[in-house]
Amino acid sequence: MAKNGASQTVSTPAAIRLAGVSKHFGPVKANRSIDLTVRQGSIHGLLGENGAGKSTLMKILFGMIRPDAGRIEIAGKDVNLRSSADALAHGIGMVQQHFSLIGKLTVAENLVLGRATSGFAARWVKSLDLESASRRAMELSERLGFGVDPSARCETLSVGARQKVEILKALWGGATTLVLDEPTAALSPPDAEELYALLQNLQRDGTTIVLISHKMPEIMRLCDRVTVLRDGAVAGEAEIPRAFDDPADRHALEARLVRLMIGRNRPEVPSRSSHIWPTVLSVRNLSDGERFGPIDLDVHGGEILAVVGVEGNGQAQFVDLLIGLKKATQGGIALDDIDITGMTTLERFQSGIAHIPEDRHRLAVADGMSVVDNASIGFIDGAPFAPTPYWLSRKRRARFAAGIVKRNKVRASSIEAPVTSLSGGNQQKLVVGRELARAPRLMIAAQPTRGLDIGSTAAVHEALIGLRDRGGGVLLLSLDLTEVFTIADRIVVFRQGRIVGETTTAKADIDQIGRWMSGVDRETQA
Amino acid sequence: MTMTASDPKAAGSRQTRMDPVAMAESLRPDTGESAFAAQQMLPRLIGHFHRLSGHLGGQVLTFMLTIAAALIASVPMIWISGSELWLTTTALFGGALGSGPAIAETLVQMIPLLIAGLAVAVAFHASLFNIGVEGQLLFGGLVAGIVGATVDLPPALLMVACLLAGMAGGALFALIPALLKAYRGAHEVVTTIMMNFVALAVSEYAVAPTGPFVAADQPSATERVPAGTQLPIIWEGTRLHAGLLVALGAVAIVLWVLYRTPLGFRMRLMGANHGAARASGVSIERMTIFALLASGALGGLAGAVQVLGVYGRFYSAFSPGYGFDAIAVALLGALSPIGVVASGFFFAVLHAGSVPLQAIAGISREMVGVVSGLVVAFVAAQPAMLRLLSSLRKPTIDDSLTESESEQQPAETSARMEMPS
Repeated sequence: MAKNGASQTVSTPAAIRLAGVSKHFGPVKANRSIDLTVRQGSIHGLLGENGAGKSTLMKILFGMIRPDAGRIEIAGKDVNLRSSADALAHGIGMVQQHFSLIGKLTVAENLVLGRATSGFAARWVKSLDLESASRRAMELSERLGFGVDPSARCETLSVGARQKVEILKALWGGATTLVLDEPTAALSPPDAEELYALLQNLQRDGTTIVLISHKMPEIMRLCDRVTVLRDGAVAGEAEIPRAFDDPADRHALEARLVRLMIGRNRPEVPSRSSHIWPTVLSVRNLSDGERFGPIDLDVHGGEILAVVGVEGNGQAQFVDLLIGLKKATQGGIALDDIDITGMTTLERFQSGIAHIPEDRHRLAVADGMSVVDNASIGFIDGAPFAPTPYWLSRKRRARFAAGIVKRNKVRASSIEAPVTSLSGGNQQKLVVGRELARAPRLMIAAQPTRGLDIGSTAAVHEALIGLRDRGGGVLLLSLDLTEVFTIADRIVVFRQGRIVGETTTAKADIDQIGRWMSGVDRETQA
Repeated sequence: MTMTASDPKAAGSRQTRMDPVAMAESLRPDTGESAFAAQQMLPRLIGHFHRLSGHLGGQVLTFMLTIAAALIASVPMIWISGSELWLTTTALFGGALGSGPAIAETLVQMIPLLIAGLAVAVAFHASLFNIGVEGQLLFGGLVAGIVGATVDLPPALLMVACLLAGMAGGALFALIPALLKAYRGAHEVVTTIMMNFVALAVSEYAVAPTGPFVAADQPSATERVPAGTQLPIIWEGTRLHAGLLVALGAVAIVLWVLYRTPLGFRMRLMGANHGAARASGVSIERMTIFALLASGALGGLAGAVQVLGVYGRFYSAFSPGYGFDAIAVALLGALSPIGVVASGFFFAVLHAGSVPLQAIAGISREMVGVVSGLVVAFVAAQPAMLRLLSSLRKPTIDDSLTESESEQQPAETSARMEMPS
């Protein structure tokens, strides 16, 4: 399926050529032997889901991370990038997802920032030549159609304009190859349109562009060629023709790319639960008044409902609303027909919610505390550990923790050891075990198997299925579609804080889910 | 179906929702554990000390290292002031520990440092930095002095009333920063520092020549408290008073609350990870207020004990900055209540030894301030010192760590992707 880098026979050397680039962080292989060739003067798309390894690859290219293995060639020459300054010297500029401009300074001042010419006098004595900087910025801006005023303060600019200044800044440093990491993630559609036009101007001007994105329409529109990454490896590549003779060709190509991106292999589906018990969680017209909702959603007893979607489309807000970290501005949440909308987080846990947080370090474990203490988070109010408020049993908690450690095969040197002495996967197992021990009516599992090995993943899946078979409801939030197909009974798709699609796993069409997730569906219908 | 449907009324009862298996495991009968009784408190506490000391090995090491580093770093300053090292050492330690009365005086110095150090440590456990202990101590001392001088009660009762009033006064001075922090997010460092100035001004006003509580026979002081109200002397012929017992009692209570109650657990959890505390249902607002009030009450207690134990009345200048030294005490003690006892004793040695230091070795008492500043600096350097140390003993420590790390199987996600369709 993966037809790796069919090398192009071109007269000019490739702007960038990566050969066998690998990088791992601990047990996670972020990049596995990646080959990538970017033609001079082209717009090259890099498509992939979150965690597919796009950003790692580009950080390697920009000298921010050093690869474990592999070669990097820039304009035909082998290079060794030790820092981003090295990358800049080789003409590679990067526009990160997060803006790096200083708001109080003008555009021109931001442009010259950190670009002082060497030499003592230029650095320390001479005043900055802002006027010539402004003039040069004007020239560049006019030639390429930036439409940015060099004397404007950055904080007064719109997000779209700031994005352009970022690009200008990269060009200013002498970049001939631009790497853009999700440039339209924060832009409104009209701003994005302007950015697309700008990128096309840049291409005409001879700049090579690498565009990292998970938005299908933007890739189809701008790129000459696209490389799809999945699980840190190249899943496939495709040329994108400038014009399609037949719209069907276009759809076929899109469908192929989506399949490459999310993986087409559909695993064996274990037996679905035969019973459907009454509704456990019932969400009506729920909204946080900002970017989430309103949505309606039910989780039945004996059901695993998966919420899928590209990261940042309301999943986090949904969880916060469910466990009470965020107050709903409208709508209601009921657990077993009891309204819990007004309850505190603690009351919600006590009425039968358990939560495996997505961000373990932020929400699930306390680094400075021991395994015992971490196992007892959320169990310290009332019996059996604290029958009176003046006493918290140490021995009972220790036995409880030992039980969790044993049942969930957590590898810990001792239960008194600090939780940081456990590997990430073992910390996750501890958290999962702790939340299962709540005997929940509703388990909210956000990425419960992230960072776990195969055996532990299967164990977590088994535990969730066991919970379902006993009549509990499971709300699974996952970015891993394989996991969703493995254990979920029903799937809803979130996009921009709303439910855009729903299907049962048995009838699910993976291509359709991919289209719902990436918003292609709307585009093709329009 | 083994699970029971949730009952809304159950939420309020004192029963945590728990899996039956897990509960049975934790409740397995065990000698001396199943029934809690007050008389078991002491053995429990002692047992706890043992467990703590198990973890404490590293803490003792860092404690000694930090003190040694600070003392060594102050050697050049002793040379600069033209004194001999040996003479200085004997003057300092002989003056503080050389005789029975000297030790008693050192312990007298330790009492306010210890209680105030606990105050700082308690707040630190909830990751709150209470720099306002000095102000809470001043105001607590003032309130204790006023109650002692004006309220008419039997002496023993009045003593207790004075201590409680002092705690209330200290807590009151922590209340405004606590509310501002909990509900408005105002940083407690800023607000508690400002409350220090308020406390200073209020206490000076109260005993100013025209102030409402100034004594007839003594400027800048309240009237003396009745004779039996003072904390009794527990070592005849010295100034050592029962405040030492109060201080050690405070250590025991703080130890118990922090490590053996749900409240302390919530506080430590909040200190260790704000997000995890919130996600598990801890009310950050309430815990912030509780931690700062408890810290303030301890600060007030330190002032009240000093007023009742040493002077018998409130003097406006009774604190030479105990509340500020307390920060160094808490940090050197690694925030552990036991550690605070040790570091409080160390600082008390410095304080008590500073007078003979000046008289015999001719070194200014300000040297004490220099050493305590160096201690804080080296506390900040502790992680670096420990890293250095562990890199020297690398083979034994790091091997075991890397082993457990590498046991994880690599590339699990990719393997899962290859499941047959």
